[in-house]
Amino acid sequence: MKPGVDIKIRIRELSNRKKLPDKTPYTGISVNNIIDISRDSGISCREIEIASLEEDIIPERYIRNMKSFSATDQATLLKSMITIVGLGGLGGVVTEILARTGIGILNLVDGDVFEESNLNRQFLCTENLISTPKAEAAEKRIKEINSSVMVRKYAEYLNEENAAGIIGGSDAVIDCLDSLTGRFVLERASKKSGRRLVSAAVAGSCGHITTIFPEDPGLKLVYGDPENAPNKGAETSLGALSYCVSLVASLEASEAIKIILKNGSLLRNKLLVIDLADNSFETMQLS
Amino acid sequence: MSNKASITLKLFATLGKFMPVSADNYRIEPGTSVRDLIAGLKIPEEKAKLIFIDGIKGELDSTLNGGERIGIFPPVGGG
Repeated sequence: MKPGVDIKIRIRELSNRKKLPDKTPYTGISVNNIIDISRDSGISCREIEIASLEEDIIPERYIRNMKSFSATDQATLLKSMITIVGLGGLGGVVTEILARTGIGILNLVDGDVFEESNLNRQFLCTENLISTPKAEAAEKRIKEINSSVMVRKYAEYLNEENAAGIIGGSDAVIDCLDSLTGRFVLERASKKSGRRLVSAAVAGSCGHITTIFPEDPGLKLVYGDPENAPNKGAETSLGALSYCVSLVASLEASEAIKIILKNGSLLRNKLLVIDLADNSFETMQLS
Repeated sequence: MSNKASITLKLFATLGKFMPVSADNYRIEPGTSVRDLIAGLKIPEEKAKLIFIDGIKGELDSTLNGGERIGIFPPVGGG
């Protein structure tokens, strides 16, 4: 059900004229009012927020986005779907950022459970969640942050059989996996179903990130032929540091949002490589 | 007199242990291939997965004339 005229009147009644810190005036609506309208009408918070933005009434939760995004941009994000594959170090941070940013539908994919060695870097992992499925923890966290986000949870590993069904319809797919084999499975599925993929990997204080459209050469430029690529890389001996993982995850979220909003420049056929040990950041040309 | 030139070398992640002291001014013979370079540094060839020469992807057979910035990555797959 979509919000009708009466809902829009209710949104307007509950909105308030306010000012940003720089004195720019705006009309906002609070989280609690959105939830109340949703409860009374049976229409999802997400639909209420989209209707509100279409009236140029900004849900307060997004107000600090609004010098960077227009109301139309924010509504576009709420209408979008992103699939996050892997909910460990990269995926946990990506999930947090996308829920706060207001991506409307998040597909969460991971068949793993938390273990103690995840605590150093995986933001979704807490001491009381050891042995809990990562997908379950991610869903709970999103609901605590933003009740407008619709979650589709897949507590299973992505494979050749389930990939197309999970990622189908996604406006962007984010590779947060921890194996090279898995990354190639995801890339094949993304290309086959015409999805745009953001892929990143980390080891120690190093990381790299690229964006792959279906027609791009993609991961073979990073890892060589899939047949000859090892399953794991340098992370096996170096592990991964929290501040490197969260930085690279932030870059993945940024790329996915630019894909959806069709703005900025993307890392297509480029690899942004990072080493925090000597603060090196360089965008390399892959082809 | 030797005809040597120099390159700038950056070895990422697990390859860091092969980094020579003179990485910012590493001497090579002009015409040296990347394959020869990594052999000289004792880096196993299969570990030199991703090679960049002046910010552009290169290959093991790419030749170096001096003055280049070389970056070499092993496979990195952590998440």
